[in-house]
Amino acid sequence: MEEQTPSQNNWLKKVWFSVRIPFLAIILALLVGAIILLVSGANPLEAYWQLFKGAFGSWRNIQRVLEKSTPLIFAGLAVALGFKAGLFNIGAQGQLLLGALMAGYVGFAVKGLPAYIHIPLALLAGLLTGAVFAAIPGLLRAYSGAHEVISTIMLNYVAINLSDYFSEGPWKDTTPGNIVSRLPAIQPSAEIPNIGPVPVGFIVAVLTSLLIWFVINRTTFGFEINSVGLNPHASKYAGMRTKLLIVAAMVVSGALAGVGGAVETMGVVGRFQPGFNTGLGFDGITVALLARNNPIAVILSSLFLGAMKGGANTMQFYANVPNQIIDIIQGTMLLFVTAEMVVRWVFKLRKQRDTEITVTSGWGQR
Amino acid sequence: MDNTYSKTADALMDTDKSVILEAKHIYKTFPGTVANDDVSLELRKGEVLALLGENGAGKSTLMNVIYGLYTQDKGEIFLNGEPYAIDNPHDAINAGIGMVHQHFMLVPVFSVLENMMLGAETTKGPFLNKKAAEAKLRDLSESFGLEIDPHAIIEELPVGLQQRVEILKALYRDVEILILDEPTAVLTPQETEELFKIMRRLTERGVSIVFITHKLKEVLAVADRIIIMRRGKVVGTTTPAETDEHGLASMMVGREVILEVEKAPAQVGKVVLEIEHLNIHDNNQMHSVRDISLSVRAGEVLGIAGVQGNGQSEFVEAITGLRRYNSGEIRIDGKRMPQEKPRTLVEHGMAHIPEDRQKHGLVLQYPLTSNFVLCTYYREPFSRHGILNENEILRNAEELMERFDVRAPSPVTVAGDLSGGNQQKVIVGRELSREVSLVIANQPTRGLDVGSIEYIHKTLIEMRDAGVGVLLVSSELDEIMSISDRIAVIYRGEILAVLDAAEASREEIGLLMAGHISE
Repeated sequence: MEEQTPSQNNWLKKVWFSVRIPFLAIILALLVGAIILLVSGANPLEAYWQLFKGAFGSWRNIQRVLEKSTPLIFAGLAVALGFKAGLFNIGAQGQLLLGALMAGYVGFAVKGLPAYIHIPLALLAGLLTGAVFAAIPGLLRAYSGAHEVISTIMLNYVAINLSDYFSEGPWKDTTPGNIVSRLPAIQPSAEIPNIGPVPVGFIVAVLTSLLIWFVINRTTFGFEINSVGLNPHASKYAGMRTKLLIVAAMVVSGALAGVGGAVETMGVVGRFQPGFNTGLGFDGITVALLARNNPIAVILSSLFLGAMKGGANTMQFYANVPNQIIDIIQGTMLLFVTAEMVVRWVFKLRKQRDTEITVTSGWGQR
Repeated sequence: MDNTYSKTADALMDTDKSVILEAKHIYKTFPGTVANDDVSLELRKGEVLALLGENGAGKSTLMNVIYGLYTQDKGEIFLNGEPYAIDNPHDAINAGIGMVHQHFMLVPVFSVLENMMLGAETTKGPFLNKKAAEAKLRDLSESFGLEIDPHAIIEELPVGLQQRVEILKALYRDVEILILDEPTAVLTPQETEELFKIMRRLTERGVSIVFITHKLKEVLAVADRIIIMRRGKVVGTTTPAETDEHGLASMMVGREVILEVEKAPAQVGKVVLEIEHLNIHDNNQMHSVRDISLSVRAGEVLGIAGVQGNGQSEFVEAITGLRRYNSGEIRIDGKRMPQEKPRTLVEHGMAHIPEDRQKHGLVLQYPLTSNFVLCTYYREPFSRHGILNENEILRNAEELMERFDVRAPSPVTVAGDLSGGNQQKVIVGRELSREVSLVIANQPTRGLDVGSIEYIHKTLIEMRDAGVGVLLVSSELDEIMSISDRIAVIYRGEILAVLDAAEASREEIGLLMAGHISE
């Protein structure tokens, strides 16, 4: 087969084409971070080395990275699935928060169950809460045309206030001496265990990613989701129930976000406490964009973000650098991934496929 | 050919007319395509120069370079012998070059006069001087014989008059060169004749016209000289006296072309599609479709003729399940069809070749494999229990590419990378490879090359001969007349008449398309 080499080359090229923008965006963001470190008087190499050590320096550190990555994978999958259907689920944050709350409630309030029932039950509580909460913007979008970006942003506030209310009110931790608004600690039977340094939640997250990949790429439901996301008119023409699909995509997206919140409660924090999951849903947007909505790549981008979060404290301690630098890098990365143009310009990349310019202007204007 | 357009012997002999615009060795590339490859042309004062070519031949690109919308990669342009370098249409207008686009650039709620003034306002201090502008407009329309009411609102004018406003707009800006991009696409045959008269009058007064088109008859009727383009190159220059339709067609396509569609008499069977008293109101409670009743029988082609925008789109969308209708009934094989359920229609044997192939017909980012199963992915053998069968889907794509002559590098090529003709063949292949009893084809050959048009016409006739009912909607009267067995004419959402194609004349249909009902 003489064609084998070029086709293999093509395959490599294809992979490079699909990863180059996020990859180069990460490099650019790290460079921007380095400049900021330099300006603020720190040694960027030292800081990044400590960041790396903090993330992967010991089994304990690796475990922390995996723990941090777990909810990120779920949040990233939630956002990515939304994008596939042409929906921008900014509400992943709110769905995740309520998922964390309900898992926290089932985690402490239901007593006397064995772990193998209690854990799935609490996860299910998170899943259903996220799904139901996401169904609201889904229905609004499908049947009244209210844009999900607006409605989910507003529902995020509803979620924050609901969780504040329950943490301060009916479900408040009443242990003597507690003045913080939070839920009681979950039962040991609801805590997600580890196998060696690997949290079971992480394994579930990886399996979920594979499942979502399969659903998107190999099932009729995935075909419909992709079609609606890419061309809703053609989907309607093809007889797909586009409105129902929008609701379904939102519900699945919300379910994933809800599970993300549940694993955070049950695997990392140990109880629901408002403020502990701030921004996880938003991190999901970064994860999804970095992964270009590919569920398998979501695992990698979550690990990357998780490593930065996991290593941040070590960096702060040993390199004497405020860990907010991580937020700056993450923000810059997001900026570069979304502003593809900038990355192309810096690295002088050409688009894979250029389309002919279409002229729409008329008399005397462009 | 009608005498009105035949040129005087003098005009034909007079090849020494001074050259007003000259383009030399123009190159223009877009990523992946060479749109203009060493193109040169001369435009002489007071002539109609037809630029003939298929879609994608590079006609519009060349004119957009001259009009300042694109900048050429190489080559020079001279205006009255002087080098001419501009980079926007405003400069082009100031240099005396105007262009009337296929889609009009008018403000629909403004009056004719206001549109005239827009961008070239005559002022008196801080105020608009409408009187002066109106005087100039009346002057112009009188001297060129372009009658128009300056105070008429654009959206209330028929398309032919709107086009006249566009031409006046260019004249108002004192252009000496007028580029008309496919100006007849939106006109009835009668309006087209009127336009040709106007073009003659303009050239008599020294205006030079570049007439972009792909319609052979029109070129022969109105042009002084003809430049034929193919794949970015000029492949010939001729005059109407030296050639005929066949000669032009084969130069345009690069091979011998059969212009007539061969077909045997229709073997008509039972009624497959019945439409009764269909009404559609648009958002303003206006009727976009008014009380249409039609039926299509097995083995016949019913053509719907009409100028674009007379309710055809709404009508087809309603009967194919893409749009709600306000009242009426649609039956396939005698069974009443529900509203807005395209899949039910597919299950009852309807195939739909949509008007906008990129909006409705394809998911451009999808590979051909997926596009070929867009309407049947949920059925066996393409999926089972909700899981796609990739092998079957690939096999199906390979088979249909072969059968419907789709030219693409591979079955996993993305649909958006294909030419318009091949995209249309993908849709036709997908729709006609199922069990169908009814085909709805809306503008199935719009924007396609001659080869693809021949192919699609032949396929539609094959379907008809195989006992399928075909409903063809087209604003190309030639297409309607060569394919149909019966012709219905639509005007402002109403069917004015249904004629037997064998007995109908172009003139009769043309008049109906303009809303004239003969007694």
